[in-house]
Amino acid sequence: MTLHQLTIQQAHAHLTAKEITSVELTQAVLDRISAVDSRIGAYITVNAESALKTAEHADKAIAAGNAGPLTGIPLAVKDLICTRGVRTTCASKILSGFIPPYNAAVIDKLNACQAVIIGKANMDEFAMGSSTENSGLQTTYNPWDTTCIPGGSSGGSAAAVAADMCLASLGSDTGGSIRQPASHCGVVGLKPTYGRVSRFGLVAFASSLDQIGPFTKSVGDCALMMNALCGHDPKDSTSVPRDVPDYTRALKDGLKGMKVGLPREYYATDGLDPSVKTAVETAVKVIESLGAERVDVSLPHTEYAVPVYYVIAPCEASSNLARYDGVKYGFRVKDSDDLMEMYRQTRSVGFGPEVQRRILLGTYALSAGYYDAYYGKASQVRTLIIRDYKKAYDQCDVLLTPVAPTPAFKIGEKTDDPLTMYLSDIYTLSANLAGVPGLSVPCGFSPEGLPIGLQILGPHFEEEKILHVAYNFEQATPFHKQKPAL
Amino acid sequence: MTISKQDVLHVARLARLEIDEAKVNTFAGQLAKILEHVDMLNQIDTEGVKPTSHAIDLTNAFRDDEPAAHLENEKALANAPAKEDGAFIVPKVVG
Repeated sequence: MTLHQLTIQQAHAHLTAKEITSVELTQAVLDRISAVDSRIGAYITVNAESALKTAEHADKAIAAGNAGPLTGIPLAVKDLICTRGVRTTCASKILSGFIPPYNAAVIDKLNACQAVIIGKANMDEFAMGSSTENSGLQTTYNPWDTTCIPGGSSGGSAAAVAADMCLASLGSDTGGSIRQPASHCGVVGLKPTYGRVSRFGLVAFASSLDQIGPFTKSVGDCALMMNALCGHDPKDSTSVPRDVPDYTRALKDGLKGMKVGLPREYYATDGLDPSVKTAVETAVKVIESLGAERVDVSLPHTEYAVPVYYVIAPCEASSNLARYDGVKYGFRVKDSDDLMEMYRQTRSVGFGPEVQRRILLGTYALSAGYYDAYYGKASQVRTLIIRDYKKAYDQCDVLLTPVAPTPAFKIGEKTDDPLTMYLSDIYTLSANLAGVPGLSVPCGFSPEGLPIGLQILGPHFEEEKILHVAYNFEQATPFHKQKPAL
Repeated sequence: MTISKQDVLHVARLARLEIDEAKVNTFAGQLAKILEHVDMLNQIDTEGVKPTSHAIDLTNAFRDDEPAAHLENEKALANAPAKEDGAFIVPKVVG
């Protein structure tokens, strides 16, 4: 048995059967990180000592018969989720030296489950990007082909799971930042419904779009992570007071009676790579063969998701990132003559180019005379995008689409042209604009051997339907069993 | 769609950024290209459409106004680049 390759469900079975200990499992994962992370660059921070200590405590709980599904399981966390006493960088120089004085709500939840947090994963600076190339700290390489990007912005979290450097991880998804790297790295990634998971302690990028979710090696593990993460939190006024189901109940065989919708606009886009199209269409046939009924639907405003998103997200970001002023935490330039000079120099040295670009874009769109034309207009079209989804879900239970138009692209391929990079987010952005949940599950490989994901989108708070379809597809196909050669 | 050098400098000032000469033109070109793409929103008639600022139907998360634990002064200041006597220190504000 190769310990670092285990899923959460497998590891839990071995832990509770006393065949392995959490300390052994955690050490195996730490050894794996030592062996391969110099080639992948998934982790910004690895905290071996505290991880092994937590594992010891977990072993005591297991010995006492108090093991939950995540007890003693080594996990990674995207480095924009606050961890008390452990530096949290957002992959930005402006937060250098920042040690959060409190935990994010999801960290408290994982600690309560006695999960073992191994370290903090790399990302695009402040989650702004689709390739993790905008990290201000390091490059992350795709475990399947280290000349390619891992996707983004949660590239480190996805690569760490794909390369078996943790059993599962947390990411955040503002416009596809969980689903797209999951697709590019061949793992399962779920963006829950807006409001399903507390964002207290998640560093804010675009507050009406951000959501925390899990990366896992299997759909079953995804359900377990959701059980641990979801629920109302009075400290997050956007979290929804609504009961949390046991998501593992969605892991049942057969798709009879399930209606799966194919939004025709998603399959007619210019730039959809033939290998992605083939893999997704084949996946749809598999899902039909398992009993689901296929329905053709339309999301007529699909092409407007990119412009709507790239107005709304930068507007919200320009406001959220005003807090980085060199006063309260993080980096400050030395020897400024006055406050204004200190603000401007600190922010210009501390933020990378993509963050500055989005702050400029958002500030421009919100500035006097432009507000109605940009933010106002985008917010109205956002309503139309939401209406499209409502109409589609009147006809079907879930939607099946590609996650990204191409498999992982080469490092450096799109860095010179921001708009080209933005356009690669076409299939994922609208779910955030509408607040609906979405998952990526491995559904094939390109001729070059790069993973391809199938996106399953559901109505608000219907993650169970998504997990149900994903589970059946996964059980019927071999893709999740394949590992990158490292 | 053109964004002038002055536009970039004006917005940078509003956003408390300092863009050096070499980067102003690059940013101006990139912003113009992005905003040109955004202009496609004008193809849609949105007359009478209510704007959305929040995708979930949730309003007013109220709680009782009761005192609760808060971050102590020392912890709140722990990450400050400069501090003194329980307060943040900043460069002079007025000349």
